[in-house]
Amino acid sequence: MTTQAAEKSSNKVLMAIFWLYVLVPLAWGVTNTLTQAMKLFG
Amino acid sequence: MSSVADSTRGAQPAPFFSKEATVAPPGFSRWMVPPAALAVHLCIGQAYAFSVFNAPLTKVIGITASAPDDWSLTTLGWIFSLAIVFLGLSAAFGGKWLERVGPRRTMLTAACCFGGGFLVSALGVYLHQIALLYLGYGVIGGIGLGLGYVSPVSTLIRWFPDRRGMATGLAIMGFGGGAMIAAPLSVMLMKHFASETSVGVAQTFVVLGIAYFISMSIGALAIRVPAPDWKPANWTPPATTKKLVSSEHVHIDEALKTPQFYLIWLVLFLNVTAGIGVLGQASVMIQESFKDTVSAGAAAGFVGLLSLFNMGGRFVWASASDWVGRKNTYFIFFVFGALLYYAVPQFAQSGNIVLFVLAFCLILSMYGGGFATVPAYLADMFGTAFVGGIHGRLLTAWAAAGVAGPVLVNYVRAYQVAHGVAKADAYTMTVHIMALLLVSGFVCNLLVRRVHEKHHMSETQLAAGK
Repeated sequence: MTTQAAEKSSNKVLMAIFWLYVLVPLAWGVTNTLTQAMKLFG
Repeated sequence: MSSVADSTRGAQPAPFFSKEATVAPPGFSRWMVPPAALAVHLCIGQAYAFSVFNAPLTKVIGITASAPDDWSLTTLGWIFSLAIVFLGLSAAFGGKWLERVGPRRTMLTAACCFGGGFLVSALGVYLHQIALLYLGYGVIGGIGLGLGYVSPVSTLIRWFPDRRGMATGLAIMGFGGGAMIAAPLSVMLMKHFASETSVGVAQTFVVLGIAYFISMSIGALAIRVPAPDWKPANWTPPATTKKLVSSEHVHIDEALKTPQFYLIWLVLFLNVTAGIGVLGQASVMIQESFKDTVSAGAAAGFVGLLSLFNMGGRFVWASASDWVGRKNTYFIFFVFGALLYYAVPQFAQSGNIVLFVLAFCLILSMYGGGFATVPAYLADMFGTAFVGGIHGRLLTAWAAAGVAGPVLVNYVRAYQVAHGVAKADAYTMTVHIMALLLVSGFVCNLLVRRVHEKHHMSETQLAAGK
């Protein structure tokens, strides 16, 4: 693997981690809100 | 330009927090920027969930029930109001500073203010000094809110010239979603820290302050601005630009001299006023409109659903505006919104709760969409060179609507109830007034024309950055 290719793949890993860092808490918040919203139809 | 080139060549490394040091190196993926923006917006979106602290803050001394020396809800209400006022002021006045120092320093300042505001407020709760809460969350935190709101938006617009709406929608969606994280998290923390001698608010403020400071700082460290000559791979600016999309730039001070700025200010103000009043009254509104059908728990579910549509609308509508155009997107908001508001009382009278809920969900999606589409609208009209500062000044419309919306809804309702109108019918006139506001917004939007070329910056002015 060339240095450039290794750099590119590590960038992709970093990007995936960074996206998970913001999307996981958001998904938790949305799930909580949806659960609460279901009471309207329950 | 020369300083940018120097920093990339490594001749004289620029200070880490300077604007020059944030210029992305070649090969940097622009998809790293939205999570950096979200890391900030998901934190400051906590503001929408501040009300979860209201009840516990009225029992800081009494613990199980309010003691005579405890703060009243009216006293506490000023904390959030101050925060929104300082959000508007700091966005308006800090926008120009943002353009000068770049997003990293601005975002870090926002992190210090927002996180620090919580710590000062924690001290205020500990010492039972309301002035420290006003200063902490209201003033210092409010400044953090304003700077944090505007700083990543202009950066995203520059990274996504091909999808401005989608990019700003992503960040501003975070502001809508932040409350969904903050509300349950705060409740969990207060429960954890509550004891026989404490309601747990001060400790929760400390934890939140530190967590928000760290998260926002990560966003600040990760943010990058594109090099001045950068453009997305395989993308060429369209040769024939749309009627309202300008490739020229307008200075922040010059933008205030154009009628377009004030028309878009009114567009945002009217769209937000029509939505914000309802957002605050949603729970009471559905319970009074569907008496004996909707419980308090179900009404809370309705509010949650509205929050979801408010958040989703920010991304969906702003992304759609890349295809249909900003002006047309606002036309949809105003026409569709007015029709829905007009229809809501009929849905309530016929007892059709599904249509009632659906109408409000769509209205709130357009309320959120209005926030998220406006930075891209400004970039189309005034160019991208000073869009952060111009956006900051436009946000005074939000602060104004934050006062006008709830006052209008509450006053009209109270007036009608005082004159013998049944509570269930008292909202009919209110929603009709909201529909009228949206019709006024339609007219303002209709009047928006391309900015006159006398306001455009020359190449020399652009190079000098002033």
